[in-house]
Amino acid sequence: MVSTAGDSQQQEIELARQLLAGRPGAFERFVEAFRTKVFQYSLLVCGHHEDAEEVAQDTLFKVFEKLDQLREPERIRPWIYKIAHNTCLMKRRRSVFAPVEELSLDEFMPRSGQEAGAIRREIADWSALPEEQALRAELQRVVREAIAGLPEIHKTVLLLRDVEGLSTAETAEVLDASEEAVKTRLHRARLAVRQKLDWYLRSAPKIRNAELS
Amino acid sequence: MPAEHDIAECRRLFALLSEYLDAELPQQTCEQIAAHLADCPPCAAFLESLRKTVELCRRFRFEEMPAPLGEQVRRELRARYEKALLARRAAADCVPGPNS
Repeated sequence: MVSTAGDSQQQEIELARQLLAGRPGAFERFVEAFRTKVFQYSLLVCGHHEDAEEVAQDTLFKVFEKLDQLREPERIRPWIYKIAHNTCLMKRRRSVFAPVEELSLDEFMPRSGQEAGAIRREIADWSALPEEQALRAELQRVVREAIAGLPEIHKTVLLLRDVEGLSTAETAEVLDASEEAVKTRLHRARLAVRQKLDWYLRSAPKIRNAELS
Repeated sequence: MPAEHDIAECRRLFALLSEYLDAELPQQTCEQIAAHLADCPPCAAFLESLRKTVELCRRFRFEEMPAPLGEQVRRELRARYEKALLARRAAADCVPGPNS
């Protein structure tokens, strides 16, 4: 059974509660859990293994330095991701003056045409992809590459909302953005990932069928 | 599907599909989208592919793990943690009780 984002969220909140209460073992478990999460988030945002290691370590130092600012354990996730995200921005090798790349909605609307009076749209057959299908290696790779290839402002939103399971409000707080901006960026990020998966499903049916069998 | 299918409506709703999946739209808009989907198989198929995309992203698990934490760094982190705990306890002790 796959653990849900909700399960993981409750476990992290409980861990934060134990950490703030000074319970034995909480420090070790907290460091391992959040260092891994911050490292993985940073790896896709920064794109460099060494930077991600440093961001994870620097984030933990800042977390323990500012621990008195964490009043509610329920807020542990947005609180840590905000620290991690800001640390990431300082670490990234791209110039802060580089133009921000935005995806446009139009590029993701599949081409439509009329055929025998009905609308036809060019998309793959997604019905072969069962919901309960655990991600096999190849599919996991396609999803990872699709996320990694997103422009930064879309990638961060998708990682926080869909991969880490933060709410729209929490994501907006982490990224210092409005909730409307989060929703717009998330939709475009999902459309871009969907497009990559659609290309994959159409271009590699043999691989797909082998994976799903 | 009606003979004169309203492609403009498909385009308008296309922008709202993620919010529809996330149940973040007003009920009236949800009902409009549901009605359109019932009448437009291409939009319904597209929405299904988007729903599966979101599901795949939610199930995505990273394979990369950070290198083990060095002992020196762990000691420094623990020292900061213990200092923060002491500060929290001192702050809690300073909070006046109900009878003070």
